[in-house]
This record gives sequence, C-alpha cells and structure tokens, in this order.
Amino acid sequence: MTTRYSFGGDEHLFVECDEAMSLDAFFKSLSMTNAIRDAGIKGVTEICPANASFQIKFDPDLIKPNDILKEVQGIESAAAKTEPVIRTRIIEIPVFYQDPWTYETLMRFRERHQDPTATDLEYAARVNGLADVDAFIKAHSDSPWFVSMVGFVAGLPFMYQMVERQKQLEVPKYLRPRTDTPKLTIGHGGCFSCIYSVRGAGGYQMFGITPMPIFDPEQSISYLRDFMVFFRPGDIVKFKPIKQDEYDHALGEVASGRFAPLMRDVTFDFRDFQKDMTGYNAKLEGALA
Amino acid sequence: MTIKVLHPGLSTTVQDLGRPGYFHLGIPVGGAMDRLALRAANLLVGNDEGAACLEAVFIGPQLEFTAPTRIAVTGAEMPIKLDGVEQPGWTALEVKAGQVLSFDYLKSGARIIIAVAGGIDVPLALGSRSTYPIGALGGFKGRPIAAGDELPVGAAASGKAGVSVPEALRRKPGHPAELRVLPGLYWHRILPESQASFFADQWKVAPEADRMGYRFRGGQALKFVAREQPFGAGSDPSNIVDSCYPYGSIQVPGGKEPIILHRDAVSGGGYFMVGTVISADMDLIGQLQPNMPTRFVEIDMDGALAARADRKALLQKIRAALA
Repeated sequence: MTTRYSFGGDEHLFVECDEAMSLDAFFKSLSMTNAIRDAGIKGVTEICPANASFQIKFDPDLIKPNDILKEVQGIESAAAKTEPVIRTRIIEIPVFYQDPWTYETLMRFRERHQDPTATDLEYAARVNGLADVDAFIKAHSDSPWFVSMVGFVAGLPFMYQMVERQKQLEVPKYLRPRTDTPKLTIGHGGCFSCIYSVRGAGGYQMFGITPMPIFDPEQSISYLRDFMVFFRPGDIVKFKPIKQDEYDHALGEVASGRFAPLMRDVTFDFRDFQKDMTGYNAKLEGALA
Repeated sequence: MTIKVLHPGLSTTVQDLGRPGYFHLGIPVGGAMDRLALRAANLLVGNDEGAACLEAVFIGPQLEFTAPTRIAVTGAEMPIKLDGVEQPGWTALEVKAGQVLSFDYLKSGARIIIAVAGGIDVPLALGSRSTYPIGALGGFKGRPIAAGDELPVGAAASGKAGVSVPEALRRKPGHPAELRVLPGLYWHRILPESQASFFADQWKVAPEADRMGYRFRGGQALKFVAREQPFGAGSDPSNIVDSCYPYGSIQVPGGKEPIILHRDAVSGGGYFMVGTVISADMDLIGQLQPNMPTRFVEIDMDGALAARADRKALLQKIRAALA
C-alpha cells in the first residue's frame, strides 16, 4: 500500500491509502482520519473518510497548503502504529429481497441493464457463479458488512463484505444509471453494497428494500431524533431477509414510533478478524442474539 | 411580513452561505452558487452578508410584498420590474406594500440573487437556511418555492434605497468563460496528449448543468494510461474505488464529458477526477448558461492562492463601497 497525496484545488487535501479496496486500506484511512481529528490541526474544517482514501477540507487563509500536507504526512507513520481496534456497533437491517417496488423500477429501466431478460438478482447470481437467486440472497445476508464510507447523498452507507476477497460478491453497475431508485433500496455495485437513503438516480443493482429509515430531515423517526443520519463509518451491518408480512409490520412500527433498530455496541479487532473471519463474524453476530 | 409567491420561476430556492461540516455524511455545503452576488445583495439591503436570499435560475419569480421593505437583485443580468416599471440591478430598491416584483428574459449570466431586508426567515437546518432538495432539507419546506407559498421575512435593520455596487466590482464570466483548474487527484490516469488537449480544447456547457454539477461537451475524449483496474474499482478505465469528491472537482466518466461538482455536490463516487476548479472561480460557474463556450486554464497552487486573495480584495472593495 502506497499513500498518495494530492490537492483538490486550494481547499482540499486528498489522501489515497491504496488504489485497491481492502479492509487494510480502510483501516489505514480510518486510523489516519482519527489521528488527524485528535491532532486538532488549525485550519482543518472537515475530515471525510472514504473506502480506501479520505479528504480533508481546510481553510488556506488559516493554514498554508504545504503546511497541512506536512502535518498529515507526519501523522501517517504514527497512525500506522496504532492498534486496529475500534469501538463500534453491529446493526441488523431487515431486508425484503425481491420486493415489488424495486422489481417495478428495475423493469422500467431494463434497457439500461447488461441483461434485459433477467432481474438484477438473477443477473447477480449468475455473474457470481451461484445456482439461483436464493443462493445469492443467502450469500448476501450470511456474512456481515463494514460501513466503509457514508456519503454520495445524505446518509447513504457504502458497505464492504467481511469475507475473504475470493468470496466477495461483485456485480457491475448498470450500463447507464437509472433516473429513479426507490427510497431504502438495497443496492450493489462493484464490491460495495449500499442502502439508498433517499429516492433518486442510481446505478447500483437493486436487490430489495428495508423498512428501516436511515435519513430523516424532519427528525421525527424515534431513533433519528438526535441526529438525522443513522450510519457512521465503521458500523457493522448484518442483513436479515424478511417476507412481505414482516416488512408491512415493520413499516407500521416505524410509523407509530415503536420501531427500534436491533443494534449492539461491539469492539472490532482487525487482527483477530483476519486470523479467522468466519469464527470472528459468528462471535460478532452473537451480540445480536 | 411575508412574500407571496405568485409565480416561482423555473427553480427558485432559499440559499445562504451554506452548511459546512456534514459532507462526510453526504450532506453538501449548499448555499448560493454565486456567493459574491449573495454577499453583495445582502450588504445592499443592510443584512448580514450571510442572510438567506432567493436564488433563481434562468427565469425569475413573481413575488408580492405584503409590507414596505427594501430589496436588491444581483448576479445575472435579468431586467427587474416593480409593478411593471424597470429597476436597476445591484441596487437597493424601495418596495411599497402590495408591490409586485417580476423579471424579463435573462440577458446574460444564469442566476439572480434576490435579497430582502431582514432575510428570508425559514428555520435553520443544520445551521443553515439553504435548500437541499434531494434530502428535503432546509429552505422553504425542503424544496424550491411554489406558487401560493408565503415566505417569512425577518426583522430588517436600517438601510437606504438607491445605493448600488459600482459596475467595476460586479464579477462576471468572460466569453469564453475561463475557469482556472489545479490539476491533481487522478490527473496521472490520462495520457500527456490528453492532459494537453483538456486545457487546449474549447468546451461548452451541456444542458445537464445544475446546483449539483455542471457538465461540459465539445472537447476531445481523454485517453487513459493503460492499467489493470484495482480491486473494487470497476471495469471502466475511468472508474476508481469510490472516493470523496472535492467541491469543484472535475470528473470525466468514460473520459468523455467533464462534470464540475458544485455546491450541492454528491460527496463521493467511483469516477476519476482530473483536478479541481480553484475556490476563486466557483462563483463564476454559477453564472454559466448551457452552450456557453468555456476554457479550462491551468494554474498552480501559488496562482490559486493569489486568485483567492484577489477575490477577497474584491469583496473588501464592495464592503467599502457600501459602508
């Protein structure tokens, strides 16, 4: 992994921890952004972590671009020595896979898809060498996912599957982006899954929908009253397949203010995870039981 | 007092200087596309420079004022009328109760800023009154204004009508427009011949140009340095592992049409970027119409900082002229 620094105009420093996505690159980015936050560098106005890179917004009237570059480069070696351990949350996200709303949408945009004769799930199963849609849903929901970035639009989580690279589900994005995606669609592009926080354009394959809002500008949803965005980088997500009756029930619970996301605080140790991913994931998921 | 919206224009939103601090969660800074125009409009009517105004693009709204006040319209050149009588731009105007503000066709530029003494008094959302329509956040009910809306106005400070911003201090794009760009980010992904053509070619603004981003056409497609795509990046040579996008960054999906991200930018994604428009020139983009010929001009960091200082000096001159 080679760290690459570049300026985005006179107000942003862009730091690429690695060209390729990996949890190593994500942890390097996370430890550097944490160290930069702790350092309280004058003139830093915002720190934006991404999957394998991050960006610092600064005020060049308060700190010279070359000075902030030197400060951040100085933090790189120190950050490399920090323990890859984070205090975070594991959250169960109920997903109604093969729901009628994403189905209606994907049929509307079939001519923009690689395989107009199949659904997104059928296509995803095939390109991943899986027997059928059920096998794909099982692979998607059997292992947890790391929130490696929050963004694109308000509160949208990018999630990276916590399995060996050869087991990771990979699906190309649509050939041309759609102009519509239902709110709370579970999407997938490249190696990343996402949850569309708002309705709008999108290029990721669509697999299902969750009843659990993750962005609420009104802050009326019970668990979004303190802050309108649910996800944070470092969150761990476990998808739970649900049927339509459970989906409808959950929607009712959300509307009446009774829905509470199933989530627990956990400590995640990247070294232990790398030693035995399956065993470590089982332990993490145990916190949800 | 309130402002009654008789006609909303094409897309008119409440904007101030934006909500910095939430881009790491995908919520962009927002705020006026042409910030200098917003600051000037507020200064003209005696507001704080960052008070909330209306920003209208291409077509002006029709507004009725329920009480006497002062207003100012800055930014694009779009003939201003009060009860049908033409009024000067960049000037503090006295408005009587019941008078109607309307506009003729746009002559040059793209966006006007309408300031009213006391500012548009919608509730703060994450520290700003700016409208972020995708997130239904801020502004008037999280959306562009519509006919029948009644916009609340805050308490006005004192001020006097008739003062104006001298012509020489009104900043407008040239023809062709020139946007200064600091190469960087993934600049190394394209061949030297494409690095040269990007700056040599004349581009023009595409119809897909809004607060989120401005697309350009007409230049040669960029050619990529050959490589095996990194894991997670996607198969197209213009793809990268999804990263943050700086404000002003220029992504070129497929190497074809550059897109400059603006105030309502998406915060990240999977397209490589060739560089970033410098902070001093961001306001100019907000005044570009579709089909406007545009050149990208290479600049280094020292040049970017000098341009930033020039722009600050211009703002100081406007402040001094209106003090």
